[in-house]
Amino acid sequence: MLGKLVYLDNAATTRLDERVLEAMTPYFLETYAVATSEFGYSAGIEAREALQEARSTIAGVLGASPEELIFTSGSTESSNMALKGVAMALGEKKGRHIITSRIEDFPVLNSARALEKQGFRVTTLDVDAEGLVDLNQLKDAITGETILVSIQHANQEIGTVQDIAAIGQICREKGVLLHSDATHTFTRVPLDVREVGVDLLTIAAHTIHGPRGIGGLYVRKGTPIAKWMDGGFQEFNLRAGLENIPGAVGFARAVQLVTPEETTRLQALRDRLIDRVLSEIPHTTLNGHRWQRLPQNANVTFHFVEGESITLHLDMRGFAVSTGSACFSRSLEASHVILAIGGDHERAHGSVRFTFGRFNTMEDVDSVVDAVAEIVTLLRQISPLGKE
Amino acid sequence: MTMLPYSELVMEHFRHPRNVGRIEDADAKSVEGSPACGDMVAVYLKVDPEELRITDIKFESYGCASNIATGSIITELAKGKTLEEARQITWKQASEALGGLPPIKTHCSVLAVDGLRAAIQNYEERHGLVKERVPTTVEEVRRRLKHVMNPVVGLDLVRTKLVKDIEVAEGTVRVVLDLPADHQFANAIREDIREKIEPLWDVNELIVEFTE
Repeated sequence: MLGKLVYLDNAATTRLDERVLEAMTPYFLETYAVATSEFGYSAGIEAREALQEARSTIAGVLGASPEELIFTSGSTESSNMALKGVAMALGEKKGRHIITSRIEDFPVLNSARALEKQGFRVTTLDVDAEGLVDLNQLKDAITGETILVSIQHANQEIGTVQDIAAIGQICREKGVLLHSDATHTFTRVPLDVREVGVDLLTIAAHTIHGPRGIGGLYVRKGTPIAKWMDGGFQEFNLRAGLENIPGAVGFARAVQLVTPEETTRLQALRDRLIDRVLSEIPHTTLNGHRWQRLPQNANVTFHFVEGESITLHLDMRGFAVSTGSACFSRSLEASHVILAIGGDHERAHGSVRFTFGRFNTMEDVDSVVDAVAEIVTLLRQISPLGKE
Repeated sequence: MTMLPYSELVMEHFRHPRNVGRIEDADAKSVEGSPACGDMVAVYLKVDPEELRITDIKFESYGCASNIATGSIITELAKGKTLEEARQITWKQASEALGGLPPIKTHCSVLAVDGLRAAIQNYEERHGLVKERVPTTVEEVRRRLKHVMNPVVGLDLVRTKLVKDIEVAEGTVRVVLDLPADHQFANAIREDIREKIEPLWDVNELIVEFTE
């Protein structure tokens, strides 16, 4: 590989920040005891306090109280717990109808599918050309049988940020619980649960330079949810298992390290990439909303060429990006998100996602745009499409 | 260097594809695949009419690395061969010449082989070399539908079980798809089927029906 890696796939996961690792290390090597009750031994009490402190820090960013944050193994587990936990708690009592959207990430989509197989009815809302859920369709879809609405805060691929406050208000008025997958917005797009009517929120550490293997589910006080993992009484008796204290400490440290200044800087990288690509490379389409989008996400379709060819060429030049092309995916299926915003296979085929993180610079943006411009020109020369 | 799923040879052909481009005064050409549905390959031939030998061949690709590499190798294998010899080139030979292709990429790479065969057939049709005209059968229609992609998943219609029924009777081909007529890709799929079925010599009418 030539020189250093320019990593632009920060939505997939991020590089750990050394300061996070530094905060975690003592909880592997020194304070490694299990969290005990306040009547336990001192090492256990110390561990317990570290866990409580981490919980307070993370909950605080959401405007939640510490008892409303459940640590999980990551956002996949959090979303599974939200959908299946509520379904278990309310399926018999209230109804068996769940509402979600076509562009959800797989943990929500496939949890909903799994519930469908168990006899739940699932309504999957459409989105418009920019990826926004139709609020009127949502209103109409809610019935007396509806127990949960699960709509993401922002999209993993095209970056569109939903008007979650308006969605929360609708759910409140109709008396229905709202879950939102905030894996990609947490700390980057502020959300305060005291202001937004969301009852369950999925968050993760690994998208903000924290460790993988730890995530969280915010559960508003009083929300009916079944115990998710049987075993001991950990996590307020909702999710059993030995607490991941180094992970929780790392998660909290990662949260503290995100600043509004940093988010503004990432947004400048995003805007630079979008502006340069759209103005300098012909036949390109921005996927997702231009402004109502994640500060760290750009997603562009380069027409007449195929995404895996672009990513391979970029890889040879030291850039890591991802694509919605079927050829790139493990399942050989084109991006369900691009298809849902009305794109065809061709639009998904040539789509490339660039996602930024703490360690990216403006030079990275300029060099990847230069590289992409060359690669797309090269691939278009051999493409039968786009020639008159 | 990290392990890529592709062999050195595939990467070499991907980076520097041979015989790329168009032949403006081609004696025959073919286009396999379609943009709405995924990969696409165009093949152009120059043929010596005396010896029926391929004197020049070029290709264009809208596809992934294995598609581009197979297009490249297939032109190298076919150049200088007679039409009869070139027709015998298989996907397996192309794959072996490239040092192996990932099995999951069969679909993308088989398209180039289909493209070469279709170009040869195009030459024969244009030059009155088609010896006997075989009547179209349900099997032939099904074979051709295997080259029409289901854009929802990027795999062919037959494999994704979208083809519910095929009837062939007195010049009319009827294809029933397990897809609602108002599906976002219904028209694109119908057009692709038309492209594959209508050129058959004994087909006068094509009816594509959708289920509700």
